[in-house]
Amino acid sequence: MNYPIYLDHNATTPCAEEVIAAMLPYFGTHFGNAASKNHPYGWEAEQAVEEARESIAQLIGAKSKELIFTSGATESINLAIKGVFDLFPGQRQHYITCQTEHKAVLDTFAQLEQAGAEVTYLPVNSAGEIDLNELEAQVRDHTKMICLMWANNETGVIQPMAEIADIVRANGGILFADCSQSAGKLPLPDADVMCVSAHKLGGPPGMGALLVRNLGLLTPTGGQEQGYRRGTENLPAAIGFATALDAGFAWVEKAVRLRELLDAEVTASGGVVVAEASNRLATIGSYRMPGVAASSQLINFDMAGIAVSAGSACSSGTLKTSHVLGAMGWDERSASEVVRVSFGADTSESDIARFLDVWRNIVIRAKAA
Amino acid sequence: MIYLDYQATTPLAPEAFAAMEPWLKDGFANPHSAHAAGRAAAAAVEFARDQIAALLPKGGRVIFTSGATEAINLAIMGCGLPVAAAATEHAAVLDIVEYLDGRTFPVDIAGLICPETQSSGSLDGHGLIAIMLVNNEIGTIQPIAELAGAAHAKGNLFLCDAVQAFGRMPIPDGPDMIAISAHKIHGPKGIGALWVRDGVALTPQMLGGGQEQGMRSGTLSPALCAGFGAAAKLAAERMDADAMHVSALWDRAASAFADWTINGSMAHRYKGNLNIRRDGVDAARLISECRNIAFSAGSACASGSGRPSHVLRALGLTDAQAKSSIRLGFGRYTTAEEIDMAADAINRSAEAML
Repeated sequence: MNYPIYLDHNATTPCAEEVIAAMLPYFGTHFGNAASKNHPYGWEAEQAVEEARESIAQLIGAKSKELIFTSGATESINLAIKGVFDLFPGQRQHYITCQTEHKAVLDTFAQLEQAGAEVTYLPVNSAGEIDLNELEAQVRDHTKMICLMWANNETGVIQPMAEIADIVRANGGILFADCSQSAGKLPLPDADVMCVSAHKLGGPPGMGALLVRNLGLLTPTGGQEQGYRRGTENLPAAIGFATALDAGFAWVEKAVRLRELLDAEVTASGGVVVAEASNRLATIGSYRMPGVAASSQLINFDMAGIAVSAGSACSSGTLKTSHVLGAMGWDERSASEVVRVSFGADTSESDIARFLDVWRNIVIRAKAA
Repeated sequence: MIYLDYQATTPLAPEAFAAMEPWLKDGFANPHSAHAAGRAAAAAVEFARDQIAALLPKGGRVIFTSGATEAINLAIMGCGLPVAAAATEHAAVLDIVEYLDGRTFPVDIAGLICPETQSSGSLDGHGLIAIMLVNNEIGTIQPIAELAGAAHAKGNLFLCDAVQAFGRMPIPDGPDMIAISAHKIHGPKGIGALWVRDGVALTPQMLGGGQEQGMRSGTLSPALCAGFGAAAKLAAERMDADAMHVSALWDRAASAFADWTINGSMAHRYKGNLNIRRDGVDAARLISECRNIAFSAGSACASGSGRPSHVLRALGLTDAQAKSSIRLGFGRYTTAEEIDMAADAINRSAEAML
C-alpha cells in the first residue's frame, strides 16, 4: 500500500530506524528470558532490561528503582489506580479526577465506584482547564488520589500541574499524572505516580511504564518488576523504549511553528481551533470545520492519503462524539465536526501544506453542495 | 553456548520476525485508528487472530493479551468463581489461587491427575478448575479432555494453561478457556492470548479504550500480533516434523543420561522436556560449572529463589532429590550434536561431584 502523510501521532508513533536497529539483536541472538537466573541468555536479558530501565529513568528524570515496566499506559493506569484502592480495604475512599481524562482512567474509576469508592469528576471550562479552587475545595480527609492528565490526548490542553501539585501537597492525597501524551515532550511534573507509553514517543506498542516515587503507595502483586508486575519481560520493547527516548525531542521546537501555521490557516478558511487560547502541547491541534461532519472529512482525508483522526483512536470505532469536547461545553453537532491533527519528529511543512490543501478543498466542496 | 532452556523462552523464528518487520516499520499505525493505515494494521491483527484460532477448538474467540500471565489473570479473576488447581501448575496460576484462597489438588508420582482426584479434592460446582496441558517443568501431559469433562459434570468451568503445548500438539476440545504465549513457540515476547469459549462471561481486568471486544483494553501491537500469528502458522505446518525432531533428540538425550532418573511421566510426556535427577548431584553447582550450556533446575520465574521446585515436591520427591534435579528443554533449532556435547559436559561435571 501507499503509506499516507501521517498526522495521527497521538494515536501511535512510528519507530525511528535507530529504534528498530536497537531492538534487532534482541529479536535474534539475545532472546533470553530475563527471569532465567541460571545462564548467560538470562543474564544478558536481565542486564539489558536493567540498562534500559536505567537509561529511561535518567532520560525522564527519575530513579531506575521507581520504574515498573508494563504492557502500556492502559495497564499502568489500571495498576496505579487499583493498586492504591487495594491498600485501604473496607475504608471510605475518595478520588478526584476530571471529565476530560482518557477512557482508561474514567473506566477504571467507574469500576472503583462500583466497589464503593467516591469519585469526583472535575468539570473543565471552555478552554479545557480545571478550576484550581474547585480542586482544592474537593480534597477531603479521605481523598486517596488525585488523577489528572497532563496533556489531553484530544485537544493538547496542558493542566497547570505545578499548581495542582502544590494543592495536593498542601491538602493531602497522592498525585497521579497521566503523562502518556506529554512524556519526553515536557519535563515530568512533580507527581507521586506517573504513566508513560512507549508507542506515543517513538517506541514500540506493547510497552509502557509506571513511575512510582514511593513503591509503598501501591499494593504489590508479586512476580517480576520488584513485585509489582508479573510476566516475562518484553526485552526488545524495553530497548526500543529507551532508544526512542534517547533520540530526544528537539523536533518539538519545530512543531510549534507548524502548529501556528496550521492554526492560522484553518482559521483563515473558516475553521475553529479547539481551545485556541489555552496552553496546549505543540504537537497537536484539533479543528472544527463548521457544517462538515468529521466522518465525512475523514473519508476525504483518507482518500487524499492523509491519516488524521476524530478524537482518540480508542474510541474511533464507536462513532460517539467526544466526551472531551462535551465536557468543554461543545454541543453534539459542533463536536462531531472536529478532527485531530498530531505531529511527530518527521512531520514537515509540506505535510501541513498538503493537509491544508485538502482541508480547503473539502470546505469549498461543502459550500458548493 | 548451547541453549537447552526451551521451556523458559524460545528463539524467535525467522519467519515470525519476517512477518513482524513490515508492522514495525511502515505499517506501524494504531489498529484502532479509522484511517487507511489503521485499517491495514487492524487487518494484520485479525489475520493473526485467525492463524492462532486455527490451532484452537471451534466455537470460541481469541483475546490478545500481553502474555500468558495476563491471560491467566483475566481467566481466573475475570470469571469471579472459586478456583482450584493442580499442585503442579505454573506460579502464574498458583499465586492467584493462593490470593483467592482457592484449593489445590494432588498429582501422582508421574505428575498426572486422575479425574476422580480432581473432583473429590476440589470444588462441588460453580467453580473454576485450572490444569495445564503440558507441565513446564516435567513435560507431563494431562488428559485434558477427560479432566474438563469431569469438571463440567460437576458444574465447574475449566481453564487450561496450554502455554507449553500450543503449536506442539493438537489442543483437545473441552476447556472453557485456554491460555497461550507467543514467546514459548518461537514468537515474540510481550504477547499472548486467552481463548474463551462462546458464552463464557468474563469481567475485563484492564479497563480503558474497550479494545478486544471490551475484554482487554490497551493498544495492540500489530507487529507482535503478526509475529504470534506467523509463529502459530509455522508451528501448525511443522507440527509433525518438529515432534519427530524433538522425539529423536529425546531418545538421544535419554540414552546419554541413562545413569539418571527421569522425573515425571515417560508415557504421557512432551519430549522437548527432559527433567532428570541423580543422587549426590548439586543442581545449582552443576549449572554453574557447565558454563557453556544454558539449562535450569526448574521454571525461570522461580530460578532466583533457591527454593526446591514445587512441582517436584508435588510428585513426592524429597527436597534433596529436587535439588539434584535439572531441566533440559530443547526444540526446533536444537541439534543432535548440541545434545551430545551438553550431555558430555553435564555428565562429566556430575560424576566429578559423586
